[in-house]
Amino acid sequence: MSSTTDTIDQFVQQEYKWGFVTDIDAETLPPGLNEDVIHFISRKKGEPDWLLDWRLKAYRHWLTLTEPEWPKVTYPKIDYQAISYFSAPKQKKDAPKSLAEVDPKLLETYEKLGVPLHERARLAGVAVDAVFDSVSVGTSYKEQLAERGIIFCSFSEAAREHPELVRKYLGSVVPHTDNYFAALNSAVFSDGSFVYIPKGVRCPMELSTYFRINSAGTGQFERTLIIAEEGSYVSYLEGCTAPMRDENQLHAAVVELVSLEGAEIKYSTVQNWYPGDAEGRGGIFNFVTKRGICKGHRSKISWTQVETGSAITWKYPSVILQGDDSVGEFYSVALTNLCQQADTGTKMIHIGRNTRSTIISKGISAGRGQNSYRGLVKIMKSADDARNFTQCDSLLIGDKCGAHTFPYIEVKNPSAQLEHEASTSKIGEDQIFYCNARGISTQDAVNMIVNGFCKEVFRELPMEFAVEAQKLLGVSLEGSVG
Amino acid sequence: MPAVKEIQNPVVRLTELVATTTHVPVWLAALRRNALARFSQTGFPTTDDEDWRFTPVTALKALPFVIATPDFDRADAAIQHSPFASIEGPRLVFVDGQFSRELSQVTNLPDGVRVQPISEALRQDNSALQSHIERLPDRNASPFLPLNTALFSDGAHIEIPAGCELPAPVRVLFLTTSPHAGAFAALRNVIVAGANSRVTIIEQYVDASGAAYWNNVQTTLVAGEGAIVEHIRFQEEGRHAFHTGSLHLVLARDCRVKHHSFALGARLSRQDIRARLDGEGLDCVLNGLYLTDGDRLADHHMIVEHLRPHCTSHEYFNGLLDDRSRGVFHGRIHVHPGADKTDAKQTNKNILLSKDATVDTKPQLEIYADDVRCTHGATIGQIDAASVFYLRARGLGEEDARRMLLHAFAGEIVERIDYAPVREEIDSLIWERLERNPHIAATA
Repeated sequence: MSSTTDTIDQFVQQEYKWGFVTDIDAETLPPGLNEDVIHFISRKKGEPDWLLDWRLKAYRHWLTLTEPEWPKVTYPKIDYQAISYFSAPKQKKDAPKSLAEVDPKLLETYEKLGVPLHERARLAGVAVDAVFDSVSVGTSYKEQLAERGIIFCSFSEAAREHPELVRKYLGSVVPHTDNYFAALNSAVFSDGSFVYIPKGVRCPMELSTYFRINSAGTGQFERTLIIAEEGSYVSYLEGCTAPMRDENQLHAAVVELVSLEGAEIKYSTVQNWYPGDAEGRGGIFNFVTKRGICKGHRSKISWTQVETGSAITWKYPSVILQGDDSVGEFYSVALTNLCQQADTGTKMIHIGRNTRSTIISKGISAGRGQNSYRGLVKIMKSADDARNFTQCDSLLIGDKCGAHTFPYIEVKNPSAQLEHEASTSKIGEDQIFYCNARGISTQDAVNMIVNGFCKEVFRELPMEFAVEAQKLLGVSLEGSVG
Repeated sequence: MPAVKEIQNPVVRLTELVATTTHVPVWLAALRRNALARFSQTGFPTTDDEDWRFTPVTALKALPFVIATPDFDRADAAIQHSPFASIEGPRLVFVDGQFSRELSQVTNLPDGVRVQPISEALRQDNSALQSHIERLPDRNASPFLPLNTALFSDGAHIEIPAGCELPAPVRVLFLTTSPHAGAFAALRNVIVAGANSRVTIIEQYVDASGAAYWNNVQTTLVAGEGAIVEHIRFQEEGRHAFHTGSLHLVLARDCRVKHHSFALGARLSRQDIRARLDGEGLDCVLNGLYLTDGDRLADHHMIVEHLRPHCTSHEYFNGLLDDRSRGVFHGRIHVHPGADKTDAKQTNKNILLSKDATVDTKPQLEIYADDVRCTHGATIGQIDAASVFYLRARGLGEEDARRMLLHAFAGEIVERIDYAPVREEIDSLIWERLERNPHIAATA
């Protein structure tokens, strides 16, 4: 047992590998939130009036809400007036015209993170819309995508150049009244990504955005909107790392996906934000609202997430299955160690006939981590022959952590078929012994077992991400022999 | 019968009933006062309360509460026809919350065994009973528990001394005869099985009234070290009745406790089960079946707490839902730090027989120890098509195959009853009940 404690201590003491701060002057708004701040953000972005009105409506609604307390997470009260709601890297003259004009220090940051921007982007075949703090600083492959009519740009650019699309779909999946953090985001969102795939187009490459939180004390409020027209397909990748900070940082993002008839959206996330130190100091608060709607018949939305970072994760990527024969999927690996807390899961709302959903959730708890799965599967009266399969497995490493499962199943149609399975286990001594007896070291055996445990999820990730995710998990598990 | 009060607030209307309860010892009077204050503070739960999200109590709140008044003649006839009437053994009968010595049978008990109404036990000086009543946990308790403490009129007190084995089951029968809507009875049972004792207890609820009455029940079952206890709760009340009950299991080392809950009646039945596994190596089975039709709602809400290592707990709950009825299930297994080698399993299976029936289920795990095996599963749907195919391939008609599988679905719960005469009687009762259901014989 003592060896387990030792190794867990090592595990807990590991330094955050990606912790560094880029030294760039940011044009940062003083902390505080009021209508003037919203006017400032909107003006700064050159937004049309209707968008400003929408922000103000969201802000006024937010004022009437109280912070939710039902998640199984504890954290010090957030002072929303102590947060700065806008921070942009200083612009040299106006916006950079090409990648060459982008601040080299910024590019250096991405270099450290291994973002395939610039030449590497071309080699890796990935188009990157990198978000540095709050403003998009460079996009690539835009022309190639434009040839096919695909729009992939920053949210503020989309609001300027494609207002009709933004206006039509903004808030259509996650209304500004949805919840506390979504309302806050709607009021103050700074930037994000916008993707539009026209009818019948299959996006030729994985679209990817690296999010980065940089300036101290700034919250980041991203807003992503993806629209897949009839019969189109897109795979979107989102990856995150953040520099080391002692101060808690708030991140309240909103992601909206709209999948029309026969379209498919695949959304993958690797989240590796700073989790705080061994005593639970610092770390990112990650309160995200992600939701997609399968609006048309035979449409599909698939969420895949690997959550290893953040002090607190509060995230439920959901799918509204409105069209007949539509499909929703959720694959998740959530790892908590140190004092991390994760309350994550999904919601599948079945409205259309023959709708199907699959939920595979793998939770790994180590150190003093608390990992909760919270999910809802709702079969409405109209959803004849709906089908759901849910599996949530938890793996415990060490005796100070916790793993919890809170599924909700609500069925109003007798033709529905639902299965929910959950299990909790630890890595068995017999499994380790079996591997040892075959010449595999204990550390390798643990890695192997954990990777096997998560395999169902990893195989859903695009190649580049699968490699990164496995690496991340491997790093986290170093020394966790047990 | 007191006149119906023109007071709108249901909490106030309930507290009006206090004056009519019987004389009690000083410590209980104090406890009741506190409990009443607490209930007045919390009031009735609403669907905003997480634990009552799917179970609205609006209809219950609207009842004109009166203390139930017994009709013993009606009771006598009802007893003859009640289930388990032919089963031998000691019997306690309560009519509308009042003990009936004439209808009860408590003779030839082994030395030290007590089977008596709790009102009688309270008149004797019994410090053990006092602590069992006082010690009820506050946390996670039903809001109706303090109401019960404040108002309980009677109930069973059963005490089995260490090492004693009772061959025949103890039967506790609660009859409601009062024809008045809103007749309210609060019942409190305390069952204490000493170390290495063995006993089977049947707790049954019979409706001889047909009115919209409300039974609010609290049962505490304390099992000593190595005790073997089987507790069968059989509730088959009328379609207007309201039934809210809670069961607290306090379990010691190496005991084997099985609880069976049959929720076959009442317009709204809610059963809160709280099991504290506070001893090593014990084994606890919670087993339940709910059959609903019409507008009925059956709700089971349980929390199983594993506090010590090497314990096993299994929960099996099956529901068959028809018409516009609703089934609600909440199960939580909470493994505390240090409760290593816990083996916990929870399943909830539901079959919807009509297109208007609904199910809401929340099977939860909360685990703070690493060396455990915990699983839970929930299914909702119809009969498995592959099973029907299997039987049809062997020459059974589709309807027969379906019927057979539905009977088996209910049967797997009934089968877990150890005490054979009760098992057989419940088996045939449920068989007949399912056979009478047009949705089981008819459509495929």
